[in-house]
Amino acid sequence: MNFNNILNAIAEQDPEVFEKVSERRDVIKNFTRKVSLVALPFAVGSLFNKAYGKSTDIIIDTLNFALTLEILEAAFYNQGLASSSLAIPASDRPAFVTISTHENAHVAFLTNTINSLSGTPVSLASFTIDLTAGGAFADVLSNYSTFLAVSQTFEDTGVRAYKGQAANLMGNSAILGAALQIHSVEARHAAHIREIRALAGASVSPWITGNQSGITGAAGTAVQPSYNGEDNTTQAGVNIATIKSGAVALNANSASEAFDEPLDKAAVVAIVTPFIH
Amino acid sequence: MKQSFEQTQDELAVKNFSRRNFFQMAGGLAGAGMLFAACSKSSDTTGPTSFTLTNNDTGILNYAYALEQLEAAFYIQVIATPYSGMSGGEKTLLTAVRDHEVAHREFFKAALSSSAIGSLTVDFSIIDFTSRTSVLSTAMAFEDLGVSAYNGAGPLFQSPTYLGLAGKIVSVEARHAAYLRDLVTPNSFATNADGYGLDFSKPPSVVLMTASKYLKTKVTSLLP
Repeated sequence: MNFNNILNAIAEQDPEVFEKVSERRDVIKNFTRKVSLVALPFAVGSLFNKAYGKSTDIIIDTLNFALTLEILEAAFYNQGLASSSLAIPASDRPAFVTISTHENAHVAFLTNTINSLSGTPVSLASFTIDLTAGGAFADVLSNYSTFLAVSQTFEDTGVRAYKGQAANLMGNSAILGAALQIHSVEARHAAHIREIRALAGASVSPWITGNQSGITGAAGTAVQPSYNGEDNTTQAGVNIATIKSGAVALNANSASEAFDEPLDKAAVVAIVTPFIH
Repeated sequence: MKQSFEQTQDELAVKNFSRRNFFQMAGGLAGAGMLFAACSKSSDTTGPTSFTLTNNDTGILNYAYALEQLEAAFYIQVIATPYSGMSGGEKTLLTAVRDHEVAHREFFKAALSSSAIGSLTVDFSIIDFTSRTSVLSTAMAFEDLGVSAYNGAGPLFQSPTYLGLAGKIVSVEARHAAYLRDLVTPNSFATNADGYGLDFSKPPSVVLMTASKYLKTKVTSLLP
């Protein structure tokens, strides 16, 4: 991410940001040249906090909520990749390395950002992680099919969770922008896991059809709360399912696929609490 | 007139969204229709040859509408004239992508109503629709561009409702992007993310410069 752009973006919204954070504008303008890449989220966040103070509380709360989800996802992929009893095919392993790297990077990014806003980030040590969710996914770390089902559900849920929180970050366009950039990466992950599951015979596409998880049996029942509401076909009063244009005639399935739906915080907490508490 | 429009928009932005509100806003804009008309060089019988995107939420929605028009037109052509060697699975999923993009296009057209810019004329002369490589690489570029566009535009919205609607669409574009990246290069679904695990994000000015290569209609933007 380009932090020069972020500072410039803030300056466009708030031309006085440079004055707010320092009386020496040149120091700030040269700021990103002098700070190492890894330290940037922290340092930039410090600037935000200095400039905007208490208005960041809702943002910190929201980032900690996101961080909780990322900690769960990172733990899931870290343990999955490390599990000697989980037979991840060699052809699929690179994808999980990619996803794991992203989730761990999201944890670091959000942790640094919260710290730099003078908030207190939650951490893995704050939680008990139970990837079996109390036994609902008892073989998640030894049965690749179960692992994939949980992976898909985590990614699809993550997409819905970020979507549901976006408005809470509108007070800081730079942080909102970064959250959106995480949100779409989670959607890319979800699509790929779905491709893997489809190749293995599951009835899924890279996108979500209706409120169907494509996960069968007890696991399907267990994950259903992550998919409820995805079958919405009316957007801002427009009935998408009845759209006809040229050779294209939409229906309930394609209309639901075309729009992903948000989940509010309470729904997400209910979904993830069996895994992380 | 511009001031009264902005006041109207501010009032609407704090209300819960409903279609009625959307059309109230559209009605407000219709009164200010010259915002668009004044910028359109509609001197021939085929309709306007240019549109201007205003620097406000309506402009951002029209920006999205323009990009969705481009994507929909592309996939309609892809399915109408399949590249040689298109597998059954590819045809099924690319048809689904087409339908999603048409859904997005028609959604913005209906929601923007009288505030919508008109139909854009595309220029796909640099795409070889008979070539799998040409089509899939273009599709991947369009999807990545779409993701970067929504990510860059999201923080520009004044209205949380519009932010939410754009959010519902961008993750579907990201799913498309992942699928197409994997078709072009296996396991590349998200390898474009940076060291923080963040996806592409580009301001409208940069996105439109790229999109203009595929448009005969000139889209001028007052957005950042």
